[in-house]
Amino acid sequence: MTEEHDHSGNPPQPDEDRLAATEFEILERALRELLIEKGVFTADDIRIAVEAMDRKDPANGSKVVAHAWVDDAYRARLLDDSKAAIEELGIDVGPAPNLVVLENTATLQHVVVCTLCSCYPRTLLGMPPSWYKSREYRGRVVVEPRAVLREFGTELADDVEIKVVDSTADMRYLVLPARPDGTDGLSEAELADLVTRDSLIGVTQPNAPSGG
Amino acid sequence: MSDQEVAPAFTAGQHVQVKTGDPPGHIRTPTFLRGKSGVIEQLHGVYRNPEDLAFGGQGFPKMPLYLVRFSQTEVWDNYDGSPKDSVLADIYQHWLEPGAE
Amino acid sequence: MPGPHDIGGQILGSIDRSEHVPTDTERTVDAMQMLMGASGRKTYRIDEMRRAIESLSPEDYANFAYYNKWARAMSVLVVEKGILTESEISDRISSIRAEGMDNVGAKAGS
Repeated sequence: MTEEHDHSGNPPQPDEDRLAATEFEILERALRELLIEKGVFTADDIRIAVEAMDRKDPANGSKVVAHAWVDDAYRARLLDDSKAAIEELGIDVGPAPNLVVLENTATLQHVVVCTLCSCYPRTLLGMPPSWYKSREYRGRVVVEPRAVLREFGTELADDVEIKVVDSTADMRYLVLPARPDGTDGLSEAELADLVTRDSLIGVTQPNAPSGG
Repeated sequence: MSDQEVAPAFTAGQHVQVKTGDPPGHIRTPTFLRGKSGVIEQLHGVYRNPEDLAFGGQGFPKMPLYLVRFSQTEVWDNYDGSPKDSVLADIYQHWLEPGAE
Repeated sequence: MPGPHDIGGQILGSIDRSEHVPTDTERTVDAMQMLMGASGRKTYRIDEMRRAIESLSPEDYANFAYYNKWARAMSVLVVEKGILTESEISDRISSIRAEGMDNVGAKAGS
């Protein structure tokens, strides 16, 4: 959990398409001013919503995974009724769409995509990374998942089964990665540190323990 | 309430075929899966129909939503990977019909 | 014909995996969209938002950045719902342009 902490200290970056950024910024401001004037929402509402989203972070997903790794009964509850199990850990998932947890094993790898839009378990992982929303990822991962995973540095053995899961509207998916080898002596917090955002989407594996 | 929702017609393990066609509107069945044969992985539940919600409707009757599993070799002619590999997608019942084993 | 969003199976080149920290403008658009669908307000539904994004031209869909697509779709929907008129939006855009860019992107609520 290092490079994923994107709004904790780094300065904001330029918009993704700099050429259109000016038009975009003007449109955003026009809509914001007009909708506030019409009483649809207030400036405070926007600030509170931005802050609430900033608090959503892949660390929530890591915490859930680490707990599932150390507690078999919890893992069973998580796979059975994900939302209730996540709330057990004090994570507020709010009125979110239904969430399904997909369990990876040594011989089964789930990879999540939304080919039609950008469905993503935001309540658990925060805002999706740009690559997840990109046309390249959405177009390719359903037809050549092994090549896509290779771009993420993930080499899967030929006998590992890949299930690519495409969410199209109402469901959200979270991958429960397989617990890395050599982690028997680690605490739950240390385990959570091995879980990366991308491993919760299924394109990578959790980090290996250091010094092991 | 029963007239407000459609009863699930399929159960896990059942073979289904995705309907073909390219109707206008807000369609939640990806084109690359239309006409393909798959197996019901699970029933997610019954949800308001997004194809109606997208145009300001209330989405009734609610529609059963399934996770459907398709073998990659069924979906793509030249799939490069394990024959066990699959692609799964959330598909509403009105896009599915019974399929052959 | 499939819409510009319906791209599963297309081989579109390598994936840009660089991390992008959302800008204040992007986060504000994101927040406004959340507020539009929030309980009690229900200005329009997320399904309507998706439909409006899918209705962008293929060129705009391919070229606009993610939150620019959102802002365009929002501007269509608020007109459709009778919350704003097209001329209110275009007049406001003109006056923001006339004022100059200095204040553009000012943080919401600050």
